Amino acid sequence: MKKLLTGDEAIARGAWEAGVHYAAAYPGTPSTEILENLSTYPEITAEWSSNEKVALESVIGASIAGGRAIASMKHVGVNVAADPLFTFAYTGVGAGTVIVTADEPGQFSSQNEQDNRYYALSAKLPMLEPSDSSECLNMTKDAFSLSERFDVPVLLRMTTRVCHSKSIVEVSERQNVPIKGFERQPEKFVMVPAMSRLRRVVIEDRMAALKDFSNDCSYNFIVDNKSDTGVICSGGCYCYAQEVFGDRVSYLKLGFTNPLPDQLITKFCQGKEKIYVIEENDPYIEHEVQRLGFSPLGKSVFPAYGELTPDVLRKSIYGESLPQIEYEKKDVVNRPPTLCAGCPHRGFFMELGKRTELMRCGDIGCYTLSFSPPYNAIDMTVCMGSGFSIAHGAAKVFAQTEKPRKVAAVMGDSTFFHTGINSLLNTAYNQSPTINVILDNRITGMTGHQENPGSGYTAKGEPTDAIDIPALVKAMGFKHVAVIDPNDLQQVSETLDKFIALDEPSVIITRWPCALKKFSPEDKAEFPAAYSEKYTVDEEKCIGCKLCLKAGCPALSVDKNKKKAVIDRIQCLGCNVCAQLCPKKAIGKEVK
Amino acid sequence: MTTKSVLLVGVGGQGTILASKLLTLGLMEAGYDVKMSEIHGMSQRGGSVSSQVRYGEKVFSPVIELGGADILVSFELMEALRWLEYLKPQGKVVVNNYRINPMPVISGKADYAEDILEQLQKATDVTAMNAAEIAEKLGNPRVMNIVLLGAIVKAMGLEEIDWESIIRANVKPAFVEMNIQALKAGAEAL
Repeated sequence: MKKLLTGDEAIARGAWEAGVHYAAAYPGTPSTEILENLSTYPEITAEWSSNEKVALESVIGASIAGGRAIASMKHVGVNVAADPLFTFAYTGVGAGTVIVTADEPGQFSSQNEQDNRYYALSAKLPMLEPSDSSECLNMTKDAFSLSERFDVPVLLRMTTRVCHSKSIVEVSERQNVPIKGFERQPEKFVMVPAMSRLRRVVIEDRMAALKDFSNDCSYNFIVDNKSDTGVICSGGCYCYAQEVFGDRVSYLKLGFTNPLPDQLITKFCQGKEKIYVIEENDPYIEHEVQRLGFSPLGKSVFPAYGELTPDVLRKSIYGESLPQIEYEKKDVVNRPPTLCAGCPHRGFFMELGKRTELMRCGDIGCYTLSFSPPYNAIDMTVCMGSGFSIAHGAAKVFAQTEKPRKVAAVMGDSTFFHTGINSLLNTAYNQSPTINVILDNRITGMTGHQENPGSGYTAKGEPTDAIDIPALVKAMGFKHVAVIDPNDLQQVSETLDKFIALDEPSVIITRWPCALKKFSPEDKAEFPAAYSEKYTVDEEKCIGCKLCLKAGCPALSVDKNKKKAVIDRIQCLGCNVCAQLCPKKAIGKEVK
Repeated sequence: MTTKSVLLVGVGGQGTILASKLLTLGLMEAGYDVKMSEIHGMSQRGGSVSSQVRYGEKVFSPVIELGGADILVSFELMEALRWLEYLKPQGKVVVNNYRINPMPVISGKADYAEDILEQLQKATDVTAMNAAEIAEKLGNPRVMNIVLLGAIVKAMGLEEIDWESIIRANVKPAFVEMNIQALKAGAEAL
C-alpha cells in the first residue's frame, strides 16, 4: 500500500515493520515526530526520556536484553549522548539497534549547525543517509538486520528537509521478531580496560568488513548517464542535484556513508573530466575523494553552511537563479517568531527585562525569544541545561570584583529535567548567590507539547507520577525557594527584589500552563480560571499612551486613526498582563 | 508533464499545514508523484511559514526554488510580498485580503504599508480573495484555509479529483460538511 509520509513518519514506520520492541528519545526539532509516531504503535514501548544520554542508555539496555531498539535525537542531542555512544560501538549490540541523528543545515530551530557524520567516523559506526521518505523507511528497516549482522549500532543520519518533507512510500506489515533474552558475556559487555582493549581490535576488523559491504551494497550506486561530468552526493542533496542537472550528468549516490566505498568512488571518478561533490555542511565525502587522488569541486564551489537547495546549487554553479519577478521589497516587514498571546513567560520577562543590572543567562526553549524586544531579558544562550551553570561560573568571577554583579538564569521545566538538575546541584554544592528560575509551564513547549517527568503523563498518554520540582529543589538544600504566578507582575517583581538582595543561592519556580497546552484533568483542577477570560479596552479611558504594547502581545495593537489600544478578541486568552501595565485602568475583563 | 509547484505561505497558526496535507493527499490519489516540504519548530510561533507542494510524473526536489512556483497562495497580505521572489514570472498569485501585524508593527517600530495589495498587483497577476469573510459567512472563521484550498484547486485545474472523499477521510466528522462548503466557496470565489 502507498502512503504519503514525512521522513520522520517513515522512520517510525520502518522501525515498526522491523519489529522494534523499544524506542526512546528526547524531543528536539527536527527529530521529535519520530518518537511521536513510534508511540502510536501498540506493539512498541515508546518513551520520552529525560535527556538523550538517558534515551541512548535505555536503548542500550533494551538491546542487551535482546529487544530491537531505536533512539532518536536532534544533532546537538548526540553531544549529550556521546558518552554511551562511543563505548556502545565497543560492546556491540544484543539485538538490532539504530540511533537517529537529525542534523539541521540551515539552523531552523537550533543553536548550531554541526555535522554529525563525524560522529560515525569518530565512534566507528556504520552510517546510513536517506534522501527521501521511501529510503527512510527501507533503510531504517534494513538497519536493524545490518546491526545484528555486524554486531554494531547503526547511525541513521537525517537532515531537517528529509525529516520534514513528505513523499510516497510503499508500506508493508510488521515482521514479528522474538526477544532474544540476555546471556552473560562479560568479555563483550563489561568495558574494563582488559576487555575493552580486546574489543578495540574487534572494531577494526568490523570496520574492514563494513568497508567491503559499503563497496558492494545497494545503498551506494552509480547512475551512468554517459557524461564526462560526475556528481557525488548523499541525503537530500541527491534530490536537489537531480532537479538542477537532470540526466545531463552521471551520479554516484551514496546512502551508506561510513565507511565510504573507496573502490566504488575510484571507479566512478576515473575518466571523468569534472567531479562535483554535493553535500550539506562539511566536506566529509569530498575529503575521502581527495584522499583517493582526485580533485573534485566541492566546498570551493558550494557553501559549507545552510541548505544546498536547487537555487543554491544553480547559483553556485551557473552564477544565477531562475528568472524572477522584479519588485520593490522595501515594505516587507520582518516577522520574527514571538511569544504567543497568553504565554505565561510574558509576565515574568516583562519584569526580568527591567533588571539590566543583572547578568541574565538563558537556555533552550520558547523563552529564548525573550532575548529580543520588547523584553531584552536574556543576555546569552548556549545549550540545554546550561543556564544555571553559566550563571554559577559568572557569579564566581564577579565575586572576585569590588562590586559583584548579580546573576540570574532561566530555563523551562523540561530543560530543567534534561540537564538543568545537574547544574542546580552544582550551585547548591559550590554555593553562588545566583537567582535560578524554573519556568514551569507544565509541558515541553517549543517542540509541540511533549509530556515530560513533571507533566504526570507518559509519551503514550498514560498517567504516571509527576516530579515535584519545589520538593526536589528543597532536597538539594536550597533555603530560598518561591513558587509564583508569572502573570502577576507585582508578585514577580517583589520576588525578584527579595532574591536579588540575598547573598545565597535561590530558586524561583513560575508555575502556569502553556497557553497552547491541552489541559489534563489535573491542570483543570489546579488552574480552573486559566484562559477563561477575554480582556477589552475601554476607549473612554484609553489615552493612547501605548504602554500596554510593552507586553509584546500579538493580540494587542493601537488603532492609528482612533489612537486607542485594540485587543484582538480571537487571540486574547485573558492573561491580564496588559491590564496591569495600563496607567488608566482602561483594560479590563470583558463583561459576560 | 513538467513538475508543478504550489507555494502556500502564511503566518504560524493560520492552517497552511492542513490545507497542504489535503492537497497532497488528493494529488497522490490522482496518481501523481508528490513531494511536500514544511519547516516546523521555532518559526511556528507567529513567524512566517510556508508549505511547498510539488507534483508531476516524477518529482525530485521537495523544495521550490527562487522563481520556481507556478502559483503562490498567501494566507496573508505581507507574506505574499515576502515570498513573491519564489514565483515564476508567468505564475499566479492568490492572496487572502487579510492582515496580521508582525511584531515590529505591533510595537510601533515599523509600518504595515497600506498599499501592499496594489504593490502586488503592480508586480504580477494577482487575485485577491476575502477568504476570512467567506469563512465567516459559512459560520466558522477557521475554515479560511479550506476556502483558499478551493482556490488552488480551481487555479491549478484539479477539479477532477474527488476532494469530498479526501475531506471525509481526513477531517473530524463534525467539520466535514463545513469544509466541503468552504472548498466549493473558495473555488467559486476565484
